[in-house]
Amino acid sequence: MSHAEEALPVEKPLFTPGVFLLLGLMAVGFGFAVYRYIYGLGAMTNLNDQYPWGIWIGVDVASGVALAAGGFTTSALAHIFHREHYHAIVRPALLTAMLGYTFVGMSLMVDLGKYYNIWHPILPSMWQGNSALFEVAMCVMCYLTVLYLEFVPILLEGIKGKLNLPVPLDRLRGPVESLLKQGWVRQIVELADRFFGKIMFLLVIAGVVLSCMHQSSLGALMAIAPYKVHPLWYTPVMTLLFLMSAIAVGYPMVIFESMWASRAFGRKPEMEILTPLAKLIPFFIGAYMVAKISDLVIRDAYLYLLDGSFQSVMFILEFGFGVMLPFFLLLSERVRRSPTGLFICAALYVILGVLLNRINVFVVAYKPPYAEGPYVPSIGEVAVTVAMISALILCYRVIVSILPVLPAPEGDEGSHAAKA
Amino acid sequence: MGINRRDLFKLAFAGGGVTLLSPSTPAWSSSSAELNPERWGMLVDTTRCIGCRHCEWACKKQNELPSAPLTQFSDTSVFEALRRPDATSYTVVNRFAGPEGEGSPVYAKVQCMHCDYPACVSACLVGAFEKVNTGSVQYDGWKCMGCRYCMVACPFQIPAYEYFNAFTPVVRKCTFCFERVSKEEKFPACAHICPNEVMTFGRRADLLKAARERMAKEPKKYVPHIYGEHEVGGTAWLYLASMPFGELGLPVLGHKPVIQLNETVQHAIFKHFIPPIALYSFLGAMMWMHRDKKE
Repeated sequence: MSHAEEALPVEKPLFTPGVFLLLGLMAVGFGFAVYRYIYGLGAMTNLNDQYPWGIWIGVDVASGVALAAGGFTTSALAHIFHREHYHAIVRPALLTAMLGYTFVGMSLMVDLGKYYNIWHPILPSMWQGNSALFEVAMCVMCYLTVLYLEFVPILLEGIKGKLNLPVPLDRLRGPVESLLKQGWVRQIVELADRFFGKIMFLLVIAGVVLSCMHQSSLGALMAIAPYKVHPLWYTPVMTLLFLMSAIAVGYPMVIFESMWASRAFGRKPEMEILTPLAKLIPFFIGAYMVAKISDLVIRDAYLYLLDGSFQSVMFILEFGFGVMLPFFLLLSERVRRSPTGLFICAALYVILGVLLNRINVFVVAYKPPYAEGPYVPSIGEVAVTVAMISALILCYRVIVSILPVLPAPEGDEGSHAAKA
Repeated sequence: MGINRRDLFKLAFAGGGVTLLSPSTPAWSSSSAELNPERWGMLVDTTRCIGCRHCEWACKKQNELPSAPLTQFSDTSVFEALRRPDATSYTVVNRFAGPEGEGSPVYAKVQCMHCDYPACVSACLVGAFEKVNTGSVQYDGWKCMGCRYCMVACPFQIPAYEYFNAFTPVVRKCTFCFERVSKEEKFPACAHICPNEVMTFGRRADLLKAARERMAKEPKKYVPHIYGEHEVGGTAWLYLASMPFGELGLPVLGHKPVIQLNETVQHAIFKHFIPPIALYSFLGAMMWMHRDKKE
């Protein structure tokens, strides 16, 4: 692929105070997870017969999938609509999507009662095509495979000479180098590289199609419970709204990551890419806003907006701060050009808005007919969710340090200079 | 191109409902699945129930659930709070204040309704639930992965989960005494033990007739409504009562099966895989058309 900017591993020490913090959070969550595996879901969570789904579904799974939408939206932009300008952000977005979906799977391994049966949807004898969840499961599995395959060329590029092994992985340098000197290893790498170069366009399109399918099916999940989901969110077009909001959050997520990475690695934010990218967001979020307002009006659901219930407050927060505010802010050229403006006003608001929407649909809006009280996540549930997010960030950090994912900093010496 | 756009439109607006699809062929599959006209049902006449809770005991015994001696089931203090079936009891009896002006309380047992269009069956991604030919909704714990979507889907809030079983938790609910009825040719345990013939076991169609006769004979005794005849498309368990069913702890539900919207959407998206393939071709075309923009 011909891009002006080259990707390189980040040459920075791996162990920073932030990384130790992440490891600490992961250890706490791991402890709670072990407890859950020994004593059962009931002992560690606040899930019960009234509230079978909690934040692990609302945050880890539903929001995880939505916030990984940067992967397919970016690859559609750069590879299908050939906006070459955006090539530099494709790899980090791909990595985030890959890790995001991986941790969706990991979270399910904690949430599922019989986690060891997680592979059951693969068996044709158990296929149940009427289930929206079946569609989600199949598409997520296929898409995760596609994401891993799409990542292979980056791995190969690393192997072919751009591998960086920071402490403590530097001990592997000797064995890795001697392995790469072998003729047959080189041949396999070359062959794989050529093969993936040829099929990449198929994978790219498949990734976009699979994403559209399961992002929307995820919205169909709660459509089966018309008597349990609050009317502010229960609508026959939930599928469409989920797809539209996933597309809307894709670029904000990419902007957020890119700016966070720039800050973490002491680089200049890539405003020359992010500002034009931000110009696209109002189209998607505006369309979502129009769809959501029309839906409320057509169903007369706006009547519930001012009833003062917890749900109505959450809906107003979600819509006001997560949809309307960023829409109007992003119309302003000044906001789009300002790093802080883009980071906080736009990206963060859109991301929190979609996060809040998924939590609202799966947790806040869920009102079982015989509820004895509201569902509040237990400390263990929160700890596991925090640990999953920490692990995701840590994996991102480790992978960008080893493989050429992030664009090389301006003036190739930048990375060396920053080391000092 | 025209086909592409139309299918994309369909994909995007499939959520809009049945109206977009041809009315002659229902787009949701369970509608075309044959319901056995001879399927079993159970008629519960709550006006006859005295709250003895023998059915609870018999159910636990039949299903080998943790239980207590029958004498302990005469304890009426349990009626002070509304109880729900859980992983160790498939049916419970609740007490409600009787119709206005009458002093005596009303009792109603609750268990899985064995819907004609069961949400759990439609929801389960691995087909662990099945509406069998005899009319009962069966669950196969071996297939189950424990996602608990069935519990989210059930409009009656019936499936219960073994949250404290760390290794082999399964969903628990009334089996309509499937083995007992089909193999031993006996009534379900609850109906068998009931001293007051609250429950009548039989063909659902016959039970509806019997219920109407009862209502016609004593119109003052019953509200003119057979709960379960039409609720969410109909259920195997049917209820008669002297007061509105909402006051008897049964959820007030419409006639439309809850699975209809979802299955319509699913089938619109997956009909011969046309929408995904159309989207794939459309994106492929876009990719090809924009290829010149490569710098």
